[in-house]
Amino acid sequence: MTATVDVELHVNGRRHRISIEPRQTLADALRDNCGLTGTHLGCEHGVCGACTVIADGRAIRSCLMFAVQAQDMRIVSVEGLGDPGNLHPLQRAFIEHHALQCGYCTPGFLMLAAATLQQTPDIDDAALRDVLASNLCRCTGYKNILAAVKAAAAEMKARSSR
Amino acid sequence: MKPVSFEYHAPGTVDEAVSLLGEFAERGGRVIAGGQSLVPMMAFRLARPSHLIDINRIAGLDRLLVEAGMLRIGATVRHADIEAATNGGTLGRLLREVARSVAHPPIRNRGTFCGSLAHADPSAEWCLVAATLDASIVARSTRGPRTLPSSDFFLGVMTTSLAADELVMECRFRLLADDARYGFYEVSRRAGDFAMAAALVAYRLSEGRITDARFGLGGVETFPRRLSEVEAMLAGTKPGGESFRAAAEAAAADIHPMEDSHTTGDFRRQLVRAVTSRALERSLS
Repeated sequence: MTATVDVELHVNGRRHRISIEPRQTLADALRDNCGLTGTHLGCEHGVCGACTVIADGRAIRSCLMFAVQAQDMRIVSVEGLGDPGNLHPLQRAFIEHHALQCGYCTPGFLMLAAATLQQTPDIDDAALRDVLASNLCRCTGYKNILAAVKAAAAEMKARSSR
Repeated sequence: MKPVSFEYHAPGTVDEAVSLLGEFAERGGRVIAGGQSLVPMMAFRLARPSHLIDINRIAGLDRLLVEAGMLRIGATVRHADIEAATNGGTLGRLLREVARSVAHPPIRNRGTFCGSLAHADPSAEWCLVAATLDASIVARSTRGPRTLPSSDFFLGVMTTSLAADELVMECRFRLLADDARYGFYEVSRRAGDFAMAAALVAYRLSEGRITDARFGLGGVETFPRRLSEVEAMLAGTKPGGESFRAAAEAAAADIHPMEDSHTTGDFRRQLVRAVTSRALERSLS
């Protein structure tokens, strides 16, 4: 057992003081030390995107970053997107468009889409397809995910211009 | 899929980072910048660094600027920063176009240009760009700074002429002329995958004929390089048609293709013919 270090993570507007080994990824720290198990780990080497979270406004793979590196960052995980009583437009759209089946990849897709729409609210289809190609889904065939994100984008745009 | 234990260092200055490297490089210490190649290798335990020296907290290494006819890309400039940049003229446009082929957006948000050079994957887009456009890599150690031309930098698969204790500070490119033309094309199995072959060409026209031709291939041999035979064939010709066909044939003939479980040498030659033709065609638009 190696020495642990004390780290303060800022996740979903809350501080978490945790004691971890430097080799622990941000994904593992979120799940095991912060109790935020909404972030899923699929491949653990940056290919599948299930672990995508938002760090300082940008979508990143939380399995490809060590938690000690995330100390000064503002992290948003899927728990910070919405909650059962108050779903984010993306979460509602995923339900309405059947954009998930087993749900394993869903937190990653939601966070990827949320960061993307935050940065580029009126993203065009080609660019959105390119972004969504970052993550893997083995159930849906991606079509419904694309439809859901487009629907959420339209709703979010209409809402913000109201 | 968990990395081995290591000690973590987060120096606040280049001097500190270089002195940590001086202390730990011989004992398995390594630099981490974006970590998008290093962390997967650590997860597979193909890399087992005993110390990680994180340069992300060092102010000033994230500069991407044009100065005295050069584009300077600092050690922590991310692929996404290059994609979003607005400076650099024709070279900046070329880099933005190539950036879109580097992995996927979340990887581009974190991975760095200089880290890609130091990692030296044979199929990395930035290694191809650096080799083709004769970039210089500025490295530092406790012995002082050193500038390495790209022609001396890449030595083989994931092998460079950097010493173990050297930190890449920045990569420098001479700006391209405003009227320079360029074309880039790569083939990969899926969007964002490693390139199985990639070609980059840049040239100028003088009275309708090609001058200052630069042509490089990546993902084909153990490291990307310029192909002087192809450049010589392009020089003085009118772009298009016969000139481009001959160049693609020459490129396919002049290589020593890597083979792997998916790809025979012959198939890579065919890919080289295709990516060369298409990169050249793109230079026309």
